[in-house]
Amino acid sequence: MAATATPQAVEETVTESLVNFGADPESINRDATLEDIDIDSLDLVELTQVVEETYDIDLEGSDFKNIKTVGDVVDLIVEKVG
Amino acid sequence: MRDVVITGVGAVTPLGVGARALYERWASGECGIRDGEAPCADFDATDFMTSKEARRADRSTQLAIAAGEEALAEAGWDEGLPYDPDLIGCVLGTGIGGIATLEGNHDSLRDSGPDSVSPLAIPLMMSNAGSAALSLRHDLRGPVFSTVSACAAGSHAIGTALRMIQHGDAEAVVTGGSEAPLTELSRAAFKRMNALSPSGVSRPFDARRDGFVMGEGAGVLVLEAGDAARARGARILGTLRGYGASGDAHHITAPHKEGRGGARAMSVALSDAGVTAEEVDYVNAHGTSTQLNDRAETLALKIALGEHAKQIPISSTKSAIGHLLGAAGAVEAVATVLALRDRIAPPTIGWEEPDEEMDLDYVPGTAKPLEMANGRPPIAISNSFGFGGHNATLCLQAA
Repeated sequence: MAATATPQAVEETVTESLVNFGADPESINRDATLEDIDIDSLDLVELTQVVEETYDIDLEGSDFKNIKTVGDVVDLIVEKVG
Repeated sequence: MRDVVITGVGAVTPLGVGARALYERWASGECGIRDGEAPCADFDATDFMTSKEARRADRSTQLAIAAGEEALAEAGWDEGLPYDPDLIGCVLGTGIGGIATLEGNHDSLRDSGPDSVSPLAIPLMMSNAGSAALSLRHDLRGPVFSTVSACAAGSHAIGTALRMIQHGDAEAVVTGGSEAPLTELSRAAFKRMNALSPSGVSRPFDARRDGFVMGEGAGVLVLEAGDAARARGARILGTLRGYGASGDAHHITAPHKEGRGGARAMSVALSDAGVTAEEVDYVNAHGTSTQLNDRAETLALKIALGEHAKQIPISSTKSAIGHLLGAAGAVEAVATVLALRDRIAPPTIGWEEPDEEMDLDYVPGTAKPLEMANGRPPIAISNSFGFGGHNATLCLQAA
């Protein structure tokens, strides 16, 4: 059973994952760029794995083509679930 | 030919974190084996790296990072690299690579399907992960790769690093080996081939020896071209005088019965070093505590060193820390460098009962002083022999 994908819930899932990947919790906010918080392509693949399982969606590598900030990531997932 | 010196050593072993913990505890007769295995129980990866680095490293790589941290700090590199990064290489050895990562991901695959396999599985389990991690962490941009030759990998790495400096491919090389094989699969696999000690005791060269005790750890050495190291005022711990390698071409796991390949590796190393057999003051043996290795190594020593083999101390670090597989040669080179500095031969712990025709001085009981005829810095050879018939010998001298 997939979790409910409210923007707030998605943001929490994303934040929790980014912290697990080693990002500084203090630096994570919607406007932070992934580069700023030292999140790279391997982290995004891991994040994809987490959200696909949590929300029962499919994400492709190309979905991340224009993703720059934490907010972009959250919006992408919310849109996919919606 | 340029001489190649050792300016820093680091180790994480079952005797603790640090090269001195390894050497001093072994020399004083302590043993790091517990319940038939030799884990690095004191090791906490996050003491040495960020949680992000730790997540991106199998335990075998984490151990290498920690040992590297110590070696580079001792070499005085912690304030910055002393040479052009393009001229600093990194060569590490491993026998198996990230086997815990492999097993964990195979569990995920079997239990939850292909989508559950981690995207980090490959970069963590690849056998070159150790050299990659040290290169990334310390900005080492010269030749960077890993050697894979089972239990000889660490010594092959160090020998290859020596050649890189002698040949001018690098001014300095960070080298050594690491292994973290204490997993269900490797336990079962080594046990099934009757390689592990059923008694759980590592007593190399003793008549009662019944197999090796598996351990984990890492050893790292900083090698520099001697002229460059002296020019920068580095403190020199010792010299890597020579390296010899050979293949048994005999059997996939058993050593050649007369020690043919091992003897040749030793002879080549001595010849490479320009050292005669009579000048060798100490032998750090491969000494695994298996029936076959210890007998063949004894014969090989008699071939390579002749009568002199009976006159010098020969001991096995594995009596104190078990067998660290691809890390063994590196950790043993570290211990040998420190023992030579103190002019002592640490003991083969637990050696009590002589075996037939194995009549060398295996240094039973306690460490003994090295005696050099003319007061020159002592010279040692350190042996490593791997499954596949891979043999590597290093010739080391105190500064």
